[in-house]
Amino acid sequence: MNKKQKKVLIRIIISAVLMISLHFIPVTGYVRFGLYMIPYLIIGYDILKKAWKGILNRQVFDENFLMAVATVGAVALGEYQEGVAVMLFYQIGELFQSYAVGKSRRNISDLMDIRPDYANIETDGTLTKVDPDEVSVGSIIVVSAGEKIPIDGVIVEGSSSLNTAALTGESVPRSVHPGDEVISGCINEKGLLKIRTTREFGESTVSRILELVENASSRKSRSEAFISKFARVYTPAVCYSALALALLPPLILYLTGNDPQISTWIYRALTFLVISCPCALVISIPLTFFAGIGGASKEGVLVKGSVFLETLSKVKYVVFDKTGTMTKGSFEVVGIHHSPVPEKELLYFAAHAEAHSSHPISKSLLRAFEEDGGRIDLGKVGSVEEISGEGVIATVDGKKVCVGNKRLMARLGLEAVDCHEIGTVVHVAVDNTYYGHILIADQIKEGAKEAIEKLHRAGIRKTVMLTGDRTETAEGVAKELGILEVYSQLLPGDKVDMVEKLLGEKHAGEMLAFVGDGINDAPVLSRADIGIAMGAMGSDAAIEAADIVLMDDDPRKIAKAIRIAQKCIRIVYENIWFAIGVKLLCLLLGALGIANMWIAIFADVGVMVIAVINAIRALMVKKL
Amino acid sequence: MKKTYKIDVDCANCANKMEQAAKDTKGVKDATVSFMTLKMTVEFEEGADVDATMKEVLKNCKKVEDDCEIFLK
Repeated sequence: MNKKQKKVLIRIIISAVLMISLHFIPVTGYVRFGLYMIPYLIIGYDILKKAWKGILNRQVFDENFLMAVATVGAVALGEYQEGVAVMLFYQIGELFQSYAVGKSRRNISDLMDIRPDYANIETDGTLTKVDPDEVSVGSIIVVSAGEKIPIDGVIVEGSSSLNTAALTGESVPRSVHPGDEVISGCINEKGLLKIRTTREFGESTVSRILELVENASSRKSRSEAFISKFARVYTPAVCYSALALALLPPLILYLTGNDPQISTWIYRALTFLVISCPCALVISIPLTFFAGIGGASKEGVLVKGSVFLETLSKVKYVVFDKTGTMTKGSFEVVGIHHSPVPEKELLYFAAHAEAHSSHPISKSLLRAFEEDGGRIDLGKVGSVEEISGEGVIATVDGKKVCVGNKRLMARLGLEAVDCHEIGTVVHVAVDNTYYGHILIADQIKEGAKEAIEKLHRAGIRKTVMLTGDRTETAEGVAKELGILEVYSQLLPGDKVDMVEKLLGEKHAGEMLAFVGDGINDAPVLSRADIGIAMGAMGSDAAIEAADIVLMDDDPRKIAKAIRIAQKCIRIVYENIWFAIGVKLLCLLLGALGIANMWIAIFADVGVMVIAVINAIRALMVKKL
Repeated sequence: MKKTYKIDVDCANCANKMEQAAKDTKGVKDATVSFMTLKMTVEFEEGADVDATMKEVLKNCKKVEDDCEIFLK
């Protein structure tokens, strides 16, 4: 609690104690009035002052005014205790609200506490701490264990594991070695790293993310706009209704010859005023969005504004780019089939035969061989003959090794076995004997299938995949993942047209999200109702063009982001209906004289407390 | 041109009022106030004197909510 809040707390305690003890002191008349004025003024002096200033500034209809009128009215009617109680509970509510808001503000800024305070620069063997802003591109910075990497760069010395949790929500540390690119905001867990910076601080990942998060609040959602408009109309409306309630019924009663019961109707009008305070709505809706955005960023999902959270919750169609989104975008050996010799041996021949080539397919063979524990010995490779469009024929260990497609096998007079799986097939023959084939494919990301399932479970009606890849490959991937529609062999421009077409087909009120890796798909990202960029660590274009940025490239985060948005919006609506519902009900009961001041206090403070607690639930997104 | 200022205000409704007051100030094209982040983003009209406009914004905000502050850098 801050100083201001502590002061209010003390005032609340003193006046509550006084009020309760006065209840047991049997005094009447002016003495009683005078005694009750002590707790009343202790708890309410600032409200009265603000209300008075409001009147002077012609800003009549605010909460202070409502409370001042209601309590002064209650006191004037001789209901001292209720007057004090209303003021007391109002202050308790305000205190709770400011505490809760302050707490979640801190919580959420802690989550985004990735701003580095300094950078260590090495000059002539000594380390100096400088402002990250002053470090120029190409400088060598030193990051010791436990420190944050302040600026994006490349490791020149040292190996370590990096904790990226603050950026991605991913708790498994990433191991890095010299030559690896590292991004700012990660924490070095062990060892000393020397990093050559590749960007200025202002351009580094950390700065861009912070800028994005800090500006998120300026794009307000429709619910927020609705609430602030609502509050502007609502408060004066209630004030006039209260005035009418105080004057009209007594007037009618008087004119019809009955007892006007003025004090009863004034009491009801005052109850009306206490109930009417719009605080519960006005605070809980932005708080919910704030908590939702905070919770999402904890999971590595950056939302550029509450309006996008609102749109995301209505998404029914998700369109993906294939490469980089659903697949890793790199070729890898995924299978070795029909080999009469051990797989390792086949890989040995294939890798050595292709050792001189820089083609992605050859590289994937080399990689697979080395990952398996093998080491390329170029001394074992003799002559190499490349046959364009077919493959290579090389001498390895004195044996004639042929690696290539079906045509190459046919040229050798061998019958190649077709592969029923999707990908690029590389056949291998050694000394004119068919040794089987190696299947190489762009690998589907871990969790991609689960991601699609999760999307469908989250209420997504249709998943569509767009790709420039061959139809065969595209359909194979879509089938394996359970994606419903696939369009292949598209040029980058066709993707925009495709999204336009899908946008035209959907029903009103349903939203379409496009998910891409930000490379070449910026136009599509901005054309869709909502653009989601993934794997955005380090990609400027993606952060720029997208509305929602997934910090790592885990496709499961898409469904998670949608779930977070749905939860957040559900809470927003719960609060709107709950707060307006309870208030209207109490207003009605108050007008009929069924609800007294105590119920009114619940309708005001109680509803607000419940709505704020409900709002904070939006922060809890771990299990979604 | 857009600029963001830190503000201090106690209640959410007051923040909404400040936003309205800032919007209605001459020289301001658009303004948003976020109660949660305690920030005011002001978009100025072309050719507006930023300092003078912000002084006016502060004055108008004080009118609608006495207990508020805008930290003009």
